[in-house]
This record gives sequence, C-alpha cells and structure tokens, in this order.
Amino acid sequence: MGSQYVYKKVKTMKTYLTSKFAVIRDPDRCIQCQVCINQCGFNANYFDAEENEVKSRNENCVDCQRCVIFCPTQALTVTGAPLEYRYNCNWKANVIEDINKQAETGGVLLTGMGTDKDYPIYWDHLLLNASQVTNPSIDPLREPMELTTYLGSKPNKLDIDPDTLELKTKMAPQVKLNVPVMFSAMSYGAVSLNVQTSLAKAATEIGTLWNTGEGGLHSSLIKYGNNTTVQVASGRFGVHSEYLNAGRIIEIKIGQGAKPGIGGHLPGEKVSSEVSLTRMIPQDSDALSPAPHHDIYSIEDLLQLIHALKEATNYSKPISVKIAAVHNAAAIASGIVRGGADIVVIDGFRGATGAAPKVIRDNVGIPVELGLASIDTRLRQEGIRNKASIVVSGGIRNSGDVVKAIALGADAVNIGTAALIALGCHVCQQCHTGKCSWGICTSDLRLTRRVNPEVGARRLTNLIRGWSLEIKDILGGLGVNAIESLKGNRLHLRGIGLTDTELEILGVRVAGS
Amino acid sequence: MGIDNKTLIKIDTCGIYYRDLNARLREVMQNGTQKIELTNVCGQRYIGTDLNKKVDIEIHGTPGNDMGAFMNGPKIVVYGNAQDGCGNTMNEGEIVVHGHAGDITGLSARGGKIFIRDDVGYRAGIHMKEYKEKKPTIVIGGTAQDFLGEYMAGGVLVLLGMNLKAGEKHKARFVGTGMHGGVIYIKGEIEDYQLGKEVGIVELDENDLTVLHQLVHEFCAHFGCDADSILNQKFIKLFPRYLRPYGRLYAY
Repeated sequence: MGSQYVYKKVKTMKTYLTSKFAVIRDPDRCIQCQVCINQCGFNANYFDAEENEVKSRNENCVDCQRCVIFCPTQALTVTGAPLEYRYNCNWKANVIEDINKQAETGGVLLTGMGTDKDYPIYWDHLLLNASQVTNPSIDPLREPMELTTYLGSKPNKLDIDPDTLELKTKMAPQVKLNVPVMFSAMSYGAVSLNVQTSLAKAATEIGTLWNTGEGGLHSSLIKYGNNTTVQVASGRFGVHSEYLNAGRIIEIKIGQGAKPGIGGHLPGEKVSSEVSLTRMIPQDSDALSPAPHHDIYSIEDLLQLIHALKEATNYSKPISVKIAAVHNAAAIASGIVRGGADIVVIDGFRGATGAAPKVIRDNVGIPVELGLASIDTRLRQEGIRNKASIVVSGGIRNSGDVVKAIALGADAVNIGTAALIALGCHVCQQCHTGKCSWGICTSDLRLTRRVNPEVGARRLTNLIRGWSLEIKDILGGLGVNAIESLKGNRLHLRGIGLTDTELEILGVRVAGS
Repeated sequence: MGIDNKTLIKIDTCGIYYRDLNARLREVMQNGTQKIELTNVCGQRYIGTDLNKKVDIEIHGTPGNDMGAFMNGPKIVVYGNAQDGCGNTMNEGEIVVHGHAGDITGLSARGGKIFIRDDVGYRAGIHMKEYKEKKPTIVIGGTAQDFLGEYMAGGVLVLLGMNLKAGEKHKARFVGTGMHGGVIYIKGEIEDYQLGKEVGIVELDENDLTVLHQLVHEFCAHFGCDADSILNQKFIKLFPRYLRPYGRLYAY
C-alpha cells in the first residue's frame, strides 16, 4: 500500500496491446465526406492530408458503431479483429490484455456497463405459464388490463368506517406507476443532461419515474419532480431541502450491483461547470463518493437516516433504500424494512455503471433473480412483505424479464442499460472514458448534443409502450387481468435446466411438474 | 430584541415523542415565530430539520441524534450536550453547543456554522464541501476523535484543543484522510502519524490568520472565553496535498 500515491513521471513504453476491432472502409462507397471523423469520440478516424484521404486508426476503435450508422453512403463496417493468441483455455485474449494493460499503467482496471462475463441468466431458465381450456385466457385487445402499480408501505389491515365506507387507516405515502417499469439511477455527470431530460420527459409521459442518481437535480428538471426519484448517496452531492422536496421518492443508495461495497469517483474531467452546479462542488474537482455512508454503520443508523429524510420532507414521500444483491441480501433487506424503508431496491450483479473497477464488476455480488427470490421469501416468512415494495434492477432486458421478476415477487423493475440502448447506446463498455460517441455517458458538450431530448423521450416512450403491450399479452395468456394478481405468484413460473437447490431458492417447480 | 410573546414559543418537551415535537415545531413556524425555547429536551431526534426558515431555537437538555440534519436556516443553541449527527448534511444556519457533541458532527455539511464548546466524537466534519459562497465551518473548542475531516472537500474546520492538559496531545488518528479540499486549523500538538497521507502541514499565512481570527472571536463570543489568549498560541494548518488524491488510481 502507499505506492499508488507515489507520483512518478512514467516514461512512455511500447504497448503490447493490439487493436481489438477493425474499421473496414469500402473505397468504392466512401466519398471522403469526413462524417466518420466527426462522429467518432475516440479519434478512430482521421484525415491523412498528405494522401488526401480519410483513414482509420483501428487501435482506437471501441466498436460503438457510431460511424457505421452515420456514414451517409454505408461505406463502413466495424468488425472484431482479435489477435489470434495460441489456443489456451486458461490464458484467453482478454486475460492477457488485462495483464498487459496493468503492466503498462500500474492501475486498477476501470470499465463501464454491466459485467460481460458468461454467468447464468436465470430469467432464461424460467418459463411462464398460459391458460388452456380449464381457465380461459383473456384477450387484452378486448378486455381492460391493469398495469398500475402502487409503490409504498402497505398497512397490515385496512380499517373502514362501516357507515360512510371511508378508509380510516392512515396510509403511508403511495406512488402510482402506470407501468411497473422505472428508469434506473444515472447521475448527471455520469450521463449527460440531455439523457436525463429524455428520461424525465419519457417518465412523465408514461406515468413512471426516472432517478437522478447521486449528482443533484438540474434546475431545468425540477418541473419533472413528480416523476423523479431523488437519490441520497454517500457523497451527498447536491442534497438540500429543495432537492429532497422536489422528488416523488427519496432513495438512499447504499450499493450498486455493478460495484457492491465500493464508492465512486467521478473524475474531475467530467465535472464541468454545469455538473459542478448541480453537485455543488468546484469545477474540475473529483467528486468522491465514499464506500459507506459515514453516518450509516448499522441498521440502526440506516433507520436514523430514513427517518431524518422523512422528517426533512414531513412524511410526504416514500423512502427507498437501494442495495446491491449480495450473499446475505435477505437478512439485510429484512433490516431495511424494519428500519422503516417504504421501498427496497435490489440491484443484481449484471447491473451497469458509469465506471467501476473491472475486478469488482465481474466478481462481486449475486444475480438479481436469486436475490429477489430470497428477499421476497424472507420478508413473507417474517410477515413484513407488505411493509415495503420491492424493486429490482440489474439486467432487465425485455418485457419477459419484467413479468418474470414480478412473478418472482417484485413490485416493479428499474431499467438502465435497456433505456440507454433505446437512446443509442451500443454497449461498447467505454462509459468510464467520458468519450461516448453516442453522447450518452459524457459531459463533453460537443458529444452530448447528439441526444435530442425530444427524440430520446419518444424512443423511450415507444420502448415502454411496446413492453406494456407485451406484458398485457402475457397477462392475458395467464388469465389474469391485473399485474397485481401476478405479483409473487411463483406458480406461474417453472424452471428449466436448474439444479434442485436453484429451484428451491427461486421457489419454483421444474418445468413439467 | 423585539421578540414579544407571539413570536416566542416555549415548549416543555418532557415526554413528547420526537415526531410530535417536530410536528409541533413545523406548526408554530407557520405563525411567524422568531424564537423557540425547548426545555427538558431528552433525546428527541431531528430537531430543526424541516423548518427551512430563520428562527432561533434554544435547547435546554440533551437533544437526540441528527439535530439539525439537512437543516436550512435555523440557529440552534444547545445548553447541554449534542449527540451523534449534529448538523448532518446541513445547508444553512448555525449550531452552538455548550457542551460536547457526538460522532459525525457536520458530516457532509455544505454550509452554515457549527460551534462546539468541548469535544466531538469520531468522524467530525467528514466530507464537508463548499461551493461558491457556501462554505461550511466547524469550530471545536476541545479535541476530536479519529477521522476528523476525512474526505474533506471544502469548508473550514478548527480544532482548538482548549481542554487538553499541559503536555497532552490530540489523540485523533487518520486526520484529513482523503482530504481534497478545504482547510483544517489545529491548536495543540499532533504527530505526523496521526495525519492522513493526503494532507500536508504548513504555517498559517495572513489569509489564514484573518479567517481564524474571525472564527475564534465568534467562538469566544458564544462561550465567553478570551480570544486573544487562544490566538496567541501556535496553530498548524492542514491542507490537501493533492486536489485529486485518487487521480492515478486507474488504468484505462
């Protein structure tokens, strides 16, 4: 330890890393217009003045496909160009490359997005049921289908005045979602303002929520407050009473699926004057989010912050607590609910990030499917499942995953990567570089202009509309007409290709039984 | 002071649950209350949290945790000890404690002033940050425990060491670990090993002395001590050696 702080000027050395991708240019189609040069955030295309020709630097290409899509004559293709290392099951190309990268820099390998490793995706091992003969399926084109979900703590029982039929029970604050799909926390600074504006506009139109992440709330987005979850994380950036009161839900972020147990460092390069405004820190300074909240070292401390936030907003908003899915998530979730949280968010290890150490992203945490099943089971066993809503995130890819998550016990899901893909993200995993050619995960104003919030909101709204229609189709097939009826109904699920232990944790029976 | 009966509210808080007390405070703030006197305070949490206006709150007794958490405007004077989390993530206002304060005093504060007459617990002033005219300040009359000013990103932290006996040193370790902004002034002896590796020690310059002079005078005005006899003694200044302590941590 300590050596990482020694600042020595490292002499440049020959890199042993080779290009991973090749930009292939069809000379018959290329009209030398230089669009590809302008579009690339990574300087992979350039104009060779001496030869008067547009060329490519393969070593800079990250396979984001921006130039391919924006080439007006379809002259470009990007393909993989992996170095053919000698066959070896232990020492594969990515392992060798990582070692070289560290040998050349001496640093922690940083990466973006969610893990790309080949871990099992349990959604793909779960099958949904459908009605046949004995109970009729419902035609969603003919019958009303209810996707409305209310997030918030539910009472143990309802007290109704027998004379007036009015509700006597004092309800905890509830948040109505038209669709059980929200947008994951992505901070301003990690993503651009245009991305957040797209998410906020779409959430408002759809009737769901977007999430500020830990980066404060830009003044132009306060008007979307009713469809906003504001986050309080360990750095407490941009947290003040106006911010807390602007949101519909306040989320205490304890952990993130892509990097459980560690904090975040937003590098100074990304702290532009606008970003500094919402984070309330000086421009160009690093924004350090410590690993833990230093006022939360126990469940009792968490309880205290939950109630501090309730006090700060006069008990008008549900308080959500987001944790990464880890080995003992069920016991932790029980503590969170007993601590007074209205919503528990579980982020699985396939969840994405703007930047995380690769070794953490690829090795820490558990799949959200298992985390969700064990937490839902545990809260039911303890008789406190009604005390809090469960929201899951971390690798929700389509409406099938949404339905399976709800059948496993979730109230709603968050989507991050899927939402960014709708905005143009090609999952090139370069979020940490701040050079995103698609203008999503960057604060470079030249690049951020590439996301038009009107178009972005339309793409997101379309995506959620498509998913909603599909969810209604699935529900109709199951013979239920409300998403509430599916919640935690694991009898609608069957497992395929799973061990007995996995089936037991998921609480589902094997297909065919 | 021009405070008449209408604008001065006295509440005997004996046996009042914190939620009811804070609801009452919100309510009395609606009628132009300028001063609130709370007596027999015994552990009620979050006092002053959601008031968002300038108001003087006088507390007699021992307020509970997170007093003035997320506070935005009020001035709280405590005649007694404050517990943990006093001024947690505070935005604006002032806290004056005639006694000790517990752990995480002024954690992540982004504005306002905190004066503690005696000692504070662990992690005081950690991750305070400043932005433009907003500059949080904590002055501690006594000594502090470990992690004072850890991750500090802005603001001013003063440790006066007034209750150290002759020859006694501050005991805090990891002072200013990960500090990347702001400044800490310490009176009284502290060894190098007690400091985070991200901080450096220098003599105070003119500018520092002006800041310190003003804060010590404010401190003494609150607690009735002699500012000059404090300012005559030797102070050291801790500053962040690197604005980006973790800038070279990563491989891209």
